Amino acid sequence: MHLHDGYLDAKTALLCTGASVVGVGIAVRQVRSCLEARQMPLLGLSAAFVFAAQMLNFPVVDGTSGHLVGGVLIAILLGPSAAILVITCVLMVQCLMFADGGLMALGANVLNMAVVSVCGGYFVFRALKWMLRMEDKRATVFAAAFASWCGTVLASIACAGELALSKTLPWSFIFPAMANVHMLIGVGEGVATSLIVLAVLRNRPQLVAGIKADGPATWAGFIGYGLLVALALAVFVAPFACPWPDGLEAVAGALGFANKATPHSVPAPLEDYRLPWVGSVTLATAVAGAIGTVIAFISAYALARILVPPLSSARKHAPSGD
Amino acid sequence: MHPLEIEHRRIRLLHRVPPAIKLLVALGLVTTTAMLPRRPDALYWWPAALLGVLWLLSGMPLLYTIRRLLLFEFFIVGIGLMSLLAPASKDLFLSAFMKSNLCIFAMLLLTWTTPFPDILQELRRARLPAVMITTLALMSRYLPVLAEESARMQRARASRTFSRQHRLAWRNLANITAQLFIRSADRAERIYLAMCARGWK
Repeated sequence: MHLHDGYLDAKTALLCTGASVVGVGIAVRQVRSCLEARQMPLLGLSAAFVFAAQMLNFPVVDGTSGHLVGGVLIAILLGPSAAILVITCVLMVQCLMFADGGLMALGANVLNMAVVSVCGGYFVFRALKWMLRMEDKRATVFAAAFASWCGTVLASIACAGELALSKTLPWSFIFPAMANVHMLIGVGEGVATSLIVLAVLRNRPQLVAGIKADGPATWAGFIGYGLLVALALAVFVAPFACPWPDGLEAVAGALGFANKATPHSVPAPLEDYRLPWVGSVTLATAVAGAIGTVIAFISAYALARILVPPLSSARKHAPSGD
Repeated sequence: MHPLEIEHRRIRLLHRVPPAIKLLVALGLVTTTAMLPRRPDALYWWPAALLGVLWLLSGMPLLYTIRRLLLFEFFIVGIGLMSLLAPASKDLFLSAFMKSNLCIFAMLLLTWTTPFPDILQELRRARLPAVMITTLALMSRYLPVLAEESARMQRARASRTFSRQHRLAWRNLANITAQLFIRSADRAERIYLAMCARGWK
């Protein structure tokens, strides 16, 4: 999902960099106030762990393989603020040490994978855990699978929005392509994440959410992240998803580069493309997305049922490896 | 190719240029290239020529360059092919293809000529928060260690498993990953103690 330089234009890159600087800034403040000194090296080691885990190839169908992204996984293990820092550092090292991912697109990559994916995924995780009334281990596996699926899909939607805002590709094309592909990729991410979380839970349960975050500062952070993700989606996605063709221009005007946007280049699906199916493509994708989400939700539940059989509830009181 | 492969690098002229200048030049080059017009244009020769000169100065081997470019070509062409399907887009595809390749080439030159500790020093000077500097430093230090540890664990697993069962492959890999995280956390504890012993506040 790495964006390379050359696909984003200057204004999108700047917008993304601004948003990601705000997100990482909140994360740094949060981590400073919540993190104990002894947990400091854990951040660096977790970043190295994410990188090493990304090099493990999970076999998919003969010959092809995929790898973990790990944003939501690390958010479940360390908490969202630490996860944002960790993934940001991973992306920086990938860019500055291995030339993977663009320098100008670094802001966009951080926004997609470290802020939107991690915060969105973690929010889903916490919400599910809060709503579910089932055995704790199974609830965690279920929530982890569904949350990392959501995180992957959210990141791809943000990525599609950025590409569309740069006018590299029309929204009516890039959105279904990215969303559909990542709804499939997300299945792998969800299964891998839940398997890993379960294995950590079985071996060392006290490591999950190792960085405890409570108190008013955390709530301020949650509100900050929520606002940021909402704003990012509003800027990058809403102009295309809503039916008014003026949405993007209003945003562009408010931010001061309306003069660059000519009426023709505004990607209003019905104007630019006269193919009959394109007009409803956002709607069709939204419907497909809703169905996909329901399927993913049910599959995540099934996965949790398979991975954590009722038998384990009988052994619940057995001493866990400490 | 293994991403952590350590190449033998000869020190050339470009290696001695201060890293701040290299970072700024790379950022400038990438930004200018990204803002070039979206059609095949004579303007593309300028960054290409500049990069060519820098390449000669850097001593980056041809084979390494080609392998690295091919590694990323998958992503470039992936998004590029999508733009081929959109209307009026051959120009768009060509320009995006050239832009991406030029930018990746610039980044390859930067990473080839600038060791990561130097970049870290620049980031520290640019007032990146201390938490991030520590994280980046520890990460770059322990990346090879954890990569080796993960390879060792995979080898051990392979030697214990007789057949490759597809059904179990994911579970095994997930167990290795989880084990890797647990070991990283343990290592982090030991590193903290070692840091304290050496007077880290």
